[in-house]
Amino acid sequence: MSTDRSSDLAGAASVRAHRESRRRKVAFLGGTTILLAVLWVIGVAVGSVSYPLEDVVTALAQRGPETQQLAVWHVRIPRVLAATIAGGGLAVAGAAMQSVLRNPLGAPYTLGISHAAAFGAAITIAVGTAGLEGSVLTLSVQTIGAFVGAMTATAAILLLVTYRDATPETLILTGVAIGSLFSAGLATIQYFATDAQVAEIVYWTFGDVSRAAWDEIGLMLAVFLFGLGYFVYNGWNYDVLDAGTETAQSLGVDVGSLRIRGMAVASLVTAVMISFVGIIGFVGLVAPHIVRMTIGGTERFLLPASALVGAALLVAADAFARTVISPIVLPVGIVTSFLGAPLFLYLTVKGRRYWG
Amino acid sequence: MTLEITDLSFSYGDVTVLEGVDLTVASGEVVGLLGPNGSGKSTLLKSIHRIHEPDGGRIEIDGRDIEAFGPQELARAASYVPQHDDGAFPATVFETVLQGRRPHGGWSPSEADRAAVAEVLARLDLEQFATRRLGDLSGGQQQKVRFGRALVGDPSVMVLDEPTSALDLKHQLDVMELVSTHVRERDVAVVAALHDLNLASRYCDRIALLHDGEIHVVGPPEVLTPETVRTVYGVDVSVVHHGERRLIVPEAASKMDGTGEQARTQLETL
Repeated sequence: MSTDRSSDLAGAASVRAHRESRRRKVAFLGGTTILLAVLWVIGVAVGSVSYPLEDVVTALAQRGPETQQLAVWHVRIPRVLAATIAGGGLAVAGAAMQSVLRNPLGAPYTLGISHAAAFGAAITIAVGTAGLEGSVLTLSVQTIGAFVGAMTATAAILLLVTYRDATPETLILTGVAIGSLFSAGLATIQYFATDAQVAEIVYWTFGDVSRAAWDEIGLMLAVFLFGLGYFVYNGWNYDVLDAGTETAQSLGVDVGSLRIRGMAVASLVTAVMISFVGIIGFVGLVAPHIVRMTIGGTERFLLPASALVGAALLVAADAFARTVISPIVLPVGIVTSFLGAPLFLYLTVKGRRYWG
Repeated sequence: MTLEITDLSFSYGDVTVLEGVDLTVASGEVVGLLGPNGSGKSTLLKSIHRIHEPDGGRIEIDGRDIEAFGPQELARAASYVPQHDDGAFPATVFETVLQGRRPHGGWSPSEADRAAVAEVLARLDLEQFATRRLGDLSGGQQQKVRFGRALVGDPSVMVLDEPTSALDLKHQLDVMELVSTHVRERDVAVVAALHDLNLASRYCDRIALLHDGEIHVVGPPEVLTPETVRTVYGVDVSVVHHGERRLIVPEAASKMDGTGEQARTQLETL
């Protein structure tokens, strides 16, 4: 009897230890939310013209000088929101792809989806000037072109997952192949395009969160929330999937359908974000790894936490992009690549252990 | 009678892997599935969870065809310990065992699920590792955790695919002790692919020798005779009695029609 009792107590201890680690994860979520809120305020305040905090507050209350109100409501807030949603969306998509593809390198950028979006946008820039100028459902033709391009690449990868028992290695290699195919297409278009079109194409490929207006932000938010909701609801299934294909199958999880749905949702989120703000590399790759390193890899926490970290990263990078060589505003895509590369190298060297 | 496999056949394209396999595993019994690499052990075991769909035959759990089970229902009835996990991101020990509750739960783990995990961790003496990452544990401890994941759902059938092949001597014994204790406590039907003939003799109630996709012989550990082992493995062995144990001692890889004697002389001349 006494051994039963002691094992009961020990069992309770392991629940306590587990609960403690969950509390740490919740604290991490809370901490990142606070950080994001602080970054929002900074993001609205700084830029080519920086406002003191009280001016930001007055403008938010729709008081004070009109130019200040306009700048805050129509320039600063939309771009901070766009950065938040795009960063969050790309990070969730990256985290999900890493789990689905069983590969720490899974990300929109490594799978060629970004290149395909650039190709799609470039086609509309090169061809679209002839009478197609304008918009459908308030979306620009460029956005639609980028979306179609991104979804084409997605379909190619999904076909591979469905019809072949694709290993992570073949998937990554296919992504690289698809990426370079679309890069070649992009180069061809640029070669035949006029100087003005080339400039526009190059400008599009620099991701920039200032492009999204209020309507578009609404659409981005809807898709982001759908993606986040899907992955949080299915988080436990993705946890089981992380344990291995056969283990997941033996636990009653339909691995094939879970992979395909996950890829489809992650790619949709990526395609929408990239279509509206252009190519922003590394956020989708780095944000999930920061979370894995700090609170471990449980998908149920990883996905929302990655969204928060991704959002904070992109808001911070955008604020940095606007101030580093002020008054010139750098496209945030350039900044994320500059910051992301060394950060990712650091994670690769320091963090190997956790994906062992 | 808990697990009943009847006339099972399976092939990869033109290559026949299993042909007319019959095997029954009763509750409270450990059946060791033995045979050389490529004899179809893994394929047979994976058919039970429909990881592989066989070409013919049927598999019944508690008298019901597994085709009639829903995926989660099947996962509750039978659990599986793979040879190795191919996951990219190992979870903590607690989370890994918690995965075993997936077929029981809704979209997120409940308090009851966590209590079941705590109970298993205590039983397997793993509670001090609860929040450690699985990848940081030794191979033997990892295998205990996977075993915990397989028994946390309280299944009536457990399928173990070479549970001891990567373990050192002590952990091999540890894991097999755990298996046999659990089988007796919970009246589970266990089928385990094994490589070590002596480990199998010691812990299995019955042994099935798989040879070229067919069951060559099935019965108590005494079916491991020099003749059956030579046919199935192509190895000459002697049977030695040590105390109450019956040990299989490999002598040499046998020639096509060589006997144990010839092989032994050959070994001496080398």
